[in-house]
Amino acid sequence: MTAATLRHAAWILRGNPLTGIAAAGVFALVLIAIFGPSIVPYDPVSSDVPQALQPPSWAHLAGTDQLGRDSFSRLIVATRLDLTIAVSAVGVSFVLGAVIGSLCGYIGGRLDRAVGRFVDVLMAFPLFVLAMAMVAALGNRIENIVIATAIINLPFYIRFSRAEVNIRRNLGWVEAARACGDSHLSVVLRFLLPNILPAMAVQMSLNLGWAILNAAGLSFIGLGVTPPTPEWGIMVAEGARFISTGKWWLVAFPGLSLMLAVLCFNLLGDGMRDILDPRMRT
Amino acid sequence: MIITTLGATVKRAVKRFLSSLPALFGVLVFTFLLMRVLPGDPAVFFASGPNAGKAEIELIRKQMGLDKPVPQQLVYYLYDLGRGNLGNSIMTGQSVTKDLRDRLPASLELTFSALLIALVFAIPLGVLAALRPGSLIDHGIRLFCALGVCVPTFVSGLLLIYVFYYLLGIAPDPTGRIDIFTSLPPSRTGFLLVDFLLAGDVSGWWGAFKQLILPAVTMALFVIAPLARITRASMLVSLGSDFVRTARSVGLSWWRIVVTYALRNAILPVITIAGIVFSTMLGANVLVEKVFSWPGVASYALDALLSSDYAPVQGFVLLMASIFVIVNLVIDVLYGIADPRVSVG
Repeated sequence: MTAATLRHAAWILRGNPLTGIAAAGVFALVLIAIFGPSIVPYDPVSSDVPQALQPPSWAHLAGTDQLGRDSFSRLIVATRLDLTIAVSAVGVSFVLGAVIGSLCGYIGGRLDRAVGRFVDVLMAFPLFVLAMAMVAALGNRIENIVIATAIINLPFYIRFSRAEVNIRRNLGWVEAARACGDSHLSVVLRFLLPNILPAMAVQMSLNLGWAILNAAGLSFIGLGVTPPTPEWGIMVAEGARFISTGKWWLVAFPGLSLMLAVLCFNLLGDGMRDILDPRMRT
Repeated sequence: MIITTLGATVKRAVKRFLSSLPALFGVLVFTFLLMRVLPGDPAVFFASGPNAGKAEIELIRKQMGLDKPVPQQLVYYLYDLGRGNLGNSIMTGQSVTKDLRDRLPASLELTFSALLIALVFAIPLGVLAALRPGSLIDHGIRLFCALGVCVPTFVSGLLLIYVFYYLLGIAPDPTGRIDIFTSLPPSRTGFLLVDFLLAGDVSGWWGAFKQLILPAVTMALFVIAPLARITRASMLVSLGSDFVRTARSVGLSWWRIVVTYALRNAILPVITIAGIVFSTMLGANVLVEKVFSWPGVASYALDALLSSDYAPVQGFVLLMASIFVIVNLVIDVLYGIADPRVSVG
């Protein structure tokens, strides 16, 4: 981060204040994820049946569910789980994808073709269904949502880093590094990977939103997270049973949380892309 | 000239099709292996009851070929597949081929309608935004798109049910393709809207339409954004190009410039994205079908998955992957027709 980059970033932010708001939003989400569980007004899993299915009020900002649990507290507590799933899934697919992809781009040849085929197979799957099948096969646990989400994201990271490394591998500074006696591995890890990192960071931010939706979708259909764990997707699923009788808050608030979280990550990703590559602005 | 381009298009499409076969085979094997690690023993489901003896279960395992090593099972599976046999479903007790054939029209009808709705909204929105970049309209459309991709389909679907079924009372009970009192039209295409029309049953058509519209809009909402965005970007390029300047300078009408020249040239990337969107929608149908109890293939696969029923899931994934390949082929051909340069190169 040089001064010029910062100035450029500041200039972009002036033209597009949404990016700043999105960054603040992401920061707030992280704070809620860290401190949320210790500041919520009610225990997110203790039921209070006389208070069941109350619409939003000052005592219960987001109403109560069928067991009288405070939805607002559950929403806050759920933030940590939802973010953890998304961040770890994207983290895993980023690390694996970046390493595999840049090796393929750098070495090429047989490895590249083999991995290319594997990626083709993954991409031919209906991805959400693949994730469903994997969670069902590996077992209904949170780790498996992370694994499934990571795997269905993997092709994008492999393709992306492969392409980015491929255009750079014969550039002057790569040859210079090799001429200085750097090993191939060191060229990839110390020069090429850091070089494609900013572009990948954009991808990750956009991907985080998608990972959140994906995980919520899985738990909505009853895979992965199990009740009574507070999680946004499950909360929507539980609320779905009461929507036809007009209990809108059970769906609306978890939906709103999902939407805001995804929106923040998407806007942040878009904004970062503008900063890194002004040509890509649409 | 036209014949040669058509020939080239077909040749290219065939080449693309052949090159996608290995991926399809990979999907097949991968799904097969994945299904073998599903928890639960299908033989137990097939057995007479919860108290079925060990011997009986063993016998069923033998009948189903589950006692054989996995590679051998795979060979049997591929052999069956080659003869068009996708196996039997435990849940429904029918062959998977029949089950899928019964349910596919419901999913296709829903997805096609959703794509149609999405295109009808997305293309004008994208064009509007591209005509006045940076204007209030442009920002408004961008905001709408940004929000659209952030709301999960299962949430927007439920909220639509709340508004149109509970609050306004204009939508029917959100379960299935027609309400229980309506009799089905004679099945010709499997698409209820088409079948009702062919049968001349207007009230039946209206009922089916009302059932369809909410799930279709739910799906459309989620995909308007990518379609509108690509239309806008591609329109911007085409509006800024030389031929549009020329058209303007010779005094062609605004409508003619925008629609005939700019849009026609901008439509290629939209076709591609629409194809991708169609394939992803078919897969992502699961959530919408579940919310609206839509009797499609996706909800069928989900139920099968949750009860460790291998064959339907394998059949479903294979079906989806094949549709994916077919859609890509269709895009290729459309591409060749829309832009003959593609197939020559």
